[in-house]
Amino acid sequence: MSDTVIRVEALCKSYDTAAGPFPVLKEVDLAIAAGEFVAVMGPSGSGKSTFMNILGCLDRASSGRYLLDGRDVATLDRDALAALRGRTIGFVFQGFNLLPRMSLEDNVALPLVYAGVERDERRRRARELLAKVGLETYAASLPNRISGGQQQRVAIARALVNRPRLILADEPTGNLDSHTSEEIMALFTALNDEGITVVLVTHEPDIAQFASRQVRFLDGRIVHDGPTVHTPATEPAPC
Amino acid sequence: MLSAMLGEAWRAMGANRLRTFLTMLGMIIGVGAVVLMLAVGQGAQYAVSQSINTMGSNLFIVLAGPPSSGGVRSASGGGATLTRADGDAIAELPGIDVVAPVHSGSAQVVYGPNNWNTSVFGTTPDYLEARSWTVAEGDAFTDSDVRAATRVALIGKTAASNLFGSESPVGKTLRIKQTPFVVLGVLASKGQSLDGRDQDDTIIVPITSAQRKLFGTPFPGAVRMLMIKASSAEAMPSTEKAMVALLRQRHRLREGADNDFMLRNLTAIADSAAETTRIMSLLLGAIASVSLLVGGIGIMNIMLVSVTERTREIGIRLAIGARERDVLLQFLLEAIIISLAGCFIGLFVGIGGALLVNALTDTAVIISGSAGLIAFAVAAGIGIFFGLYPAKKAAALDPIEALRYQ
Repeated sequence: MSDTVIRVEALCKSYDTAAGPFPVLKEVDLAIAAGEFVAVMGPSGSGKSTFMNILGCLDRASSGRYLLDGRDVATLDRDALAALRGRTIGFVFQGFNLLPRMSLEDNVALPLVYAGVERDERRRRARELLAKVGLETYAASLPNRISGGQQQRVAIARALVNRPRLILADEPTGNLDSHTSEEIMALFTALNDEGITVVLVTHEPDIAQFASRQVRFLDGRIVHDGPTVHTPATEPAPC
Repeated sequence: MLSAMLGEAWRAMGANRLRTFLTMLGMIIGVGAVVLMLAVGQGAQYAVSQSINTMGSNLFIVLAGPPSSGGVRSASGGGATLTRADGDAIAELPGIDVVAPVHSGSAQVVYGPNNWNTSVFGTTPDYLEARSWTVAEGDAFTDSDVRAATRVALIGKTAASNLFGSESPVGKTLRIKQTPFVVLGVLASKGQSLDGRDQDDTIIVPITSAQRKLFGTPFPGAVRMLMIKASSAEAMPSTEKAMVALLRQRHRLREGADNDFMLRNLTAIADSAAETTRIMSLLLGAIASVSLLVGGIGIMNIMLVSVTERTREIGIRLAIGARERDVLLQFLLEAIIISLAGCFIGLFVGIGGALLVNALTDTAVIISGSAGLIAFAVAAGIGIFFGLYPAKKAAALDPIEALRYQ
């Protein structure tokens, strides 16, 4: 049994609305071990994105505990959280979230700036990661010059540049066509094979098939948690 | 790290060039105005202090005749109520350095084919001391010249150049109202007086010669004016009272009768002139500072807009590991760069404006390095001060709120 990267105990999150607190997550318990590839599924409004934001230290839980690498993130200050976001976690968004005025290389290198890495080393690693996602020829381009799938690959390169142990992806293929989606998923699979823990949110069963474990949310609770069952019906249809 | 941040600040500023320039323009105008106003104000102060320095320090003048008007009275200096004996008596008072009697008038002066109307001062060598006036070329006349009423003269630079051209006047004989006078020396240049007269357009002769040969006098020993130098500025108020009392006693003025002389504290007048210019330049500086303040507020305004516009960008940065101080530094740097660049350009605009004012109006301007340094420090301060609030606002954003911002 490998060590646990993520442990969530009785996690609750509610938003304040005019009609009082609105619960989004209700007593969620989950443990994810290092090296796992987990797909978090569920319909819109089931709380999976909120759960992901809390895992990514972008948002805080209302109650319950979240241990990342055994440390309770509720006890950490803003700088320590920033360090977690920068070094331990690589976050991939549905909307790519590249900075529009920066070249792809600078975008990929940006987390290294905040990590205090020297400029030459930043360049070297950004190029290396761009090569890994197959976009080294676009290093000097701006994000709006490349396609959505390419942008997402750059975003993945950015998430990887600080060598995180954990990749969190919130609907990474939500804005992409099925062919491009498969390319992106192949990339995640390859990363997982390298030993990086991958947690991704999706509502598409096809995408979830790439993961080794599936967690299903409904109304703020986990209703299903188990290994992926490969069924012929969900396999991609031949073109 | 810092170089990367500077590069980003540059990129952010370049992304909206017109807006960056307009923001900068506020600083340019503010700093330009401050530099220009300081230059003009300091120039005016310098001009006044130059005039004051040439006047001499701790000076009183006593004029013959009543100070007030009304009834049939002749102009000040016209009466025969003030004598050299009064001057000698005043010189005995404590706190008095020198007393110089003056009998002056305007006269036509001729040398060869040149003809020039100038003011002629009959006085004693003490006058030069009172006004701290030196002789640039040749020698001054002495007390024995005064006793003997010799026909010798000292000539100011302007009068000399008008009468003698490029010749040296020393040893030459000129005619004042037909009377020949030998020029003993040329006075050092003093430039303009506080009231704008050319102090170098003058001829100084022994008072006895002036009274006997040039202007005449109703009574021997009567003078139009006494110039008095007190030994110190502190002694001036008490000295003034003592002089008034002494002159009233000597002139046998009854209790309640008007003075038949007029005493003026020249230094006080000069001080008030200096004070006026000082206040004027302060006022100019204050008005200019307001425009600097407005420029700073412009920066704050734009930075606040920029923070709002880039909320999502800030969210992305926070999500990939930026700490609060990274975001703070980024926005602060932008504000400081805008304000420093504006200051730098404003400095040149201000200096250019000052030179233009100088060229167009002949007004003295002083461009001091310290003013430039102060402007720079103030600009950096404004950048930090007005950039800090927007930068703090940006840094305090919650990552998830910022990411959700559309």
